[in-house]
Amino acid sequence: MRLLLSLAVWFVLWEIVGQAKLSSIVPPFSAVIEAAIEIAPSEKFGKAAVISLRSFGLGMALALAVGIPLGVIMARVKGVGRILGMWVNIFVSAPISALVPILMVLIGIGEATVVVTVFLFAVFVITLDTQVGVTHADRSLVEMARSFGASPAQLYTKILFLSALPEILAGVRLGAIRGVKGVVIGQLLVAIIGVGELFEVYSNNFLMEEFWALVVMVFLFAFAVSEAIAALERRVEYYAASR
Amino acid sequence: MTGTYGQRAWQLASFVLFFGLWELAGRWPVSAAFPPFSRTAVALWQMIADGSLLKAYLITLQPLALGIALCAVAGIGFGIGMGLSRSVEWLSLPIFIILQAAPMAAIIPLITYIYGIGLTSKVLAVIMLAAPVIVMNSYKGIRNTHPSLLQMCRSFQGTRRQEIVKIVLPHAAGLIFTGLRLGLAMGFIGIVIAELLITPTGIGDLITYNSSIADYPKMFAAIASIVALAAISLHLLERLERRWFP
Amino acid sequence: MIVEVKNVAKTYENGVEALRDVNLAFPQGQLSTLLGPSGCGKTTLLKIIAGLIPRNAGEVLVKGKPVDGPGPERAFVFQDFALLPWASVLRNVAFGLELRGMEREKREEVARRYIAEVGLKGFEHRHPSQLSGGMRQRVGLARALTVDADIILMDEPFSSVDEQTRRKFQEDLLDLLRHHRKTVIFVTHSIEEAAYLSDQIVLLSPRPGTVSRVVNPNVDRNKTPDEIRRDRAYLDTVDEIWGILRQYV
Repeated sequence: MRLLLSLAVWFVLWEIVGQAKLSSIVPPFSAVIEAAIEIAPSEKFGKAAVISLRSFGLGMALALAVGIPLGVIMARVKGVGRILGMWVNIFVSAPISALVPILMVLIGIGEATVVVTVFLFAVFVITLDTQVGVTHADRSLVEMARSFGASPAQLYTKILFLSALPEILAGVRLGAIRGVKGVVIGQLLVAIIGVGELFEVYSNNFLMEEFWALVVMVFLFAFAVSEAIAALERRVEYYAASR
Repeated sequence: MTGTYGQRAWQLASFVLFFGLWELAGRWPVSAAFPPFSRTAVALWQMIADGSLLKAYLITLQPLALGIALCAVAGIGFGIGMGLSRSVEWLSLPIFIILQAAPMAAIIPLITYIYGIGLTSKVLAVIMLAAPVIVMNSYKGIRNTHPSLLQMCRSFQGTRRQEIVKIVLPHAAGLIFTGLRLGLAMGFIGIVIAELLITPTGIGDLITYNSSIADYPKMFAAIASIVALAAISLHLLERLERRWFP
Repeated sequence: MIVEVKNVAKTYENGVEALRDVNLAFPQGQLSTLLGPSGCGKTTLLKIIAGLIPRNAGEVLVKGKPVDGPGPERAFVFQDFALLPWASVLRNVAFGLELRGMEREKREEVARRYIAEVGLKGFEHRHPSQLSGGMRQRVGLARALTVDADIILMDEPFSSVDEQTRRKFQEDLLDLLRHHRKTVIFVTHSIEEAAYLSDQIVLLSPRPGTVSRVVNPNVDRNKTPDEIRRDRAYLDTVDEIWGILRQYV
């Protein structure tokens, strides 16, 4: 809660700086809030939000559907882990936005490119963290389950998945944050759809209140997604430490 | 198969597999725009040979180096300040938590608007993306000092200054270095976005120009080169980190 | 009486009352043990005597004068060793002197002497990660000895090492203390350890921590270690203590 208080101080500072017109690009915080209230229900914003959320959702769903199973396979089948491991490590910290021009050439300028961008931004960290989580799953738990005659399916669902869940969730949270960045960057590069387009329009026309309002909303969205997953993480925290 | 030879064999196999698949995918008549590995490699060699790649990197790496250097000095200093002072921490922590999760790329068009399309904007783009992680890691390095070591210092009547210089800072050095490494990764991301969004120069220019004239092998080669450069430099830093801070 | 504890009480911020009304006296040159089950406040009391934790009531007198924080006459040996992981054994042992501003040559000379005394000669340039638990604790002990404090406070120093190392360590500790006339206040939860080492055993009962009894084992220290462990007085002391403590477990 002390942190919220600190944020409040910043908002007040923002208001003061804006009112004093210290910089042409910093409107008062209150004006930004007003703009936010204005554009949120507007049709333009609504369309942009829908497109962006759709791309985000699809991209993340794909990243989860590919990343988690891939991470599990990489952890359990040593050969796969060794071959793919290097590439996952490279792409986890690589400038993936460099690949977007290729996507634009191959897939075209549109939503599909953004979906693939989100997918690429998120999938590697999800795969990596899942692999780490499953690799470090408590060996003695696995042995214990085997000694009681657990089938492979039971091993995966009852032991490995839960044991690795803290790491998997950590990876999903990082993936989601990257996914939001993927939507924004993808749309900025594609430049004709979604919030990316709106950012360009607002800044090109110097509509600063609207620009910052959009910034605040997107940042809040990223933060909300991150916190939602963090809440899930906290629910498994109680056993994470004692593994 | 353990040991470095075994590892090297797997790495080699991995490379061969990847480039082999690339070659096959390129020859598949799905898209004319996807060149096979062989042609991309040739294009890369051409660009190295005629100096265009080097020229491009000299331009691209400038804002990257500048941005990272500034970030390192200011970011580490600020992170240490946050770690040592509760009031600085209280004021800055929420900001940096938000900045780490936020899609900073959204602000780049604005930066371009104010600072134009030159070096300044690109340096700022690098700084905006790299600073949060550098600051947060330095901060965590300071905060996570083992309480036992601090008590030990106090038990021998060490002053606060001795505590900071002899215990907290050396202890934080490892995480600070990690922060720098992660910051460099973000810096690469920042400079690529900057070059693609602000105005294409250097590598960005190579990518967009070759894309516009449909010279896809060269375009792919340019992209591959920067991904490779990022990967290699980060890998080297990781090895250094493992050697200095086991 | 080199250390006196008068009416000391301690309550933690979460409301847990750790110590209540503790009154003790520690004779100079003797090894006293604080013994009791978990939660009886023995480490808390030790750290209050060391001046590392503040107390809520009462006072601690060292050589007749009240103390509020750490001082040069008291040295602490930590349960988790508290060694600088990036520093060599030599630097770690010399660290107490380094904080006092002694020049490097002098303090390294002193450090080498004590490194040899605790049996770590030859290991001066190793790092803690290269040492076993027992060896790390010897480094901690050597460090405490270099600062020439009259009183050495040891917080469960042997709990992180294995049984065989522990026994050897106990014997070496007694040997060492025969050479240096120090007062030692020692925290442990092992009855055998307390009976083997101590001139005075303070039994603490938990929740809240209070002094239950003070026992003076009449163990003849002139025997060999193995003889002592079979000595009648030693065995009787162990039984007596267990009889008192078992009700608190």
